[in-house]
Amino acid sequence: MSANVLIYCEQRDAALQKVSLELIGKGKELADTLGQKVIAVLLGKNISGLAQELIDHGADEVIYADHDYLADYLTEPFTKAFSAILKEQDPEIVLIGATSIGRDLAPRTAARIHTGLTADCTALDIDPNTKGFLMTRPAFGGNIMATIICPDHKPQMATVRPGVMVVRKKEAHKGVIREFTVDFQPEDINVKILNTVKKSNKRKDITEAKILVSGGRGVGSGENFGALRSLAAALGAEISASRGAVDLEYVEKDRQVGQTGKTVRPDLYFAFGISGAIQHVAGMESSELIIAVNKDAEAQIFQYADLGIVGDLHKVIPKLVDALTAESST
Amino acid sequence: MKIIVCVKQVPDTTEVKLDPVKGTLIREGVPSIINPDDKSGIEAALSLKDQYGAHVTVLTMGPPQADAALREALAMGCDEAILLTDRMFGGADTWATASTIAGALKTMEFDLIITGRQAIDGDTAQVGPQIAERLNLPQVSYVEEFKCEDGKLFLKRQFEDRYQELEVKLPALITTLSELNKPRYMTVGGVFDAYGEDKVKTISYQDIKDHVDVANIGLKGSPTRVFKSFTKSPKALGQFHDGVTTDQAVELIVSKLKEKFII
Repeated sequence: MSANVLIYCEQRDAALQKVSLELIGKGKELADTLGQKVIAVLLGKNISGLAQELIDHGADEVIYADHDYLADYLTEPFTKAFSAILKEQDPEIVLIGATSIGRDLAPRTAARIHTGLTADCTALDIDPNTKGFLMTRPAFGGNIMATIICPDHKPQMATVRPGVMVVRKKEAHKGVIREFTVDFQPEDINVKILNTVKKSNKRKDITEAKILVSGGRGVGSGENFGALRSLAAALGAEISASRGAVDLEYVEKDRQVGQTGKTVRPDLYFAFGISGAIQHVAGMESSELIIAVNKDAEAQIFQYADLGIVGDLHKVIPKLVDALTAESST
Repeated sequence: MKIIVCVKQVPDTTEVKLDPVKGTLIREGVPSIINPDDKSGIEAALSLKDQYGAHVTVLTMGPPQADAALREALAMGCDEAILLTDRMFGGADTWATASTIAGALKTMEFDLIITGRQAIDGDTAQVGPQIAERLNLPQVSYVEEFKCEDGKLFLKRQFEDRYQELEVKLPALITTLSELNKPRYMTVGGVFDAYGEDKVKTISYQDIKDHVDVANIGLKGSPTRVFKSFTKSPKALGQFHDGVTTDQAVELIVSKLKEKFII
């Protein structure tokens, strides 16, 4: 079996997660450098219909396992299936999205097959001399970047932060689609799912938003976020926040940007009353355009802003909303 | 019920600053704390103890000074503390760390193992699941709520877009989020007792050598290596305006949005 780049393609309710396509895009680039193929792995129930989508985004081959035990994510059956496929395929590199599922499945699998795993990577490269896999990730709360290697064990495994890699353009392709049978036993399931509750879908995930209006501790209260919401409404944007604002319960945890929250790269990121701690910056610095308003002229955020204004957000935002409303009516 | 909570002593990364000239981390004066997710794990164990009665052991792997984290856990109300320390354990990545801790756990009795989801210095979230694999235990990570009834755990497991309510039979391993609870403070009496003699048991490789191969610990037992580390260079400075009026500020923002064709 020739060594390849293998991608775990996460799906939920038979819908592919965007990170899966991002990883195929990156995986294709790595595989081209190494002269290898991209193998996509899909685990679930009634998911074979997703295979062609993976091929059209750059996978050469899709291996899927379809079983009742894989209907919803549970650590043990997914680890069993994934480890069995890795054993058969013996890939050079394995990429997994660093989601709450990937970060559960990947370490358990790496422990089982005895190889190294690098968490939450934000850059991946091939060493031109050794052909080894260079996995770069923020460490120490985002204060430094570390490049990790896994020289003597295969596969070289990494989980990758969602929103960092770029999805390849979709083109019709032909590829191999193959089913993999897993020998499941009743003792493979020791955790029972009693109930699954989905969060309301009305709001977009902040990683998918084109414009984010983000607030920090400086916003002052949950009520004050109302002004940010008006601005977001005027721009068709979503609300996000720094850890400080989330810890004070101004907004929900799933809105948090940063090292312990989400990585975002919208076209426009507004930072209101956000000091710009490195943990926050790690999650938003790749945004196309960053506009920061803070009353502290020394705030770190100004080092990252394309437009930084020292001012009172409580005064600026209402007037900005008025100006935008006036603009759109002309 | 016997509960073991695995914790890590970490530098408070929110206090870490960069030397703007050298571009290196300034570690001096940065306080060491119990990792926040792990501290929630301690609180979860202690609240089970309050409700049902339980024996709570706190375990850490680290240098001798990690003793301070264990004393804090004792002062919060843990019954027993174990410091897993040996030069041979140094330089371990998550794989080797999990092998070592699992080796120590094999010498102990437990119904439930609790670890924090992830440590703020490494942010990997890998050691908990890897311990579970080494001990062949069911695992549930990202636990944001839980209760215990009739020898079973009922858990709420967090995902980005949903949560699951799960039932797990013991023994099992769970990883906790700092959202799970608000850890209690140390009590005065607790602090007094925690610093008594013989409160922390130290374990070295000799004590666990029958349960973990020497090839699987420390730097030598680590599949991964740090190839290099570096600080990020800030991007070119943008426009910066101090001393502008609110109207001017709005004007600046609106013209920037127009320039970028956002409006």
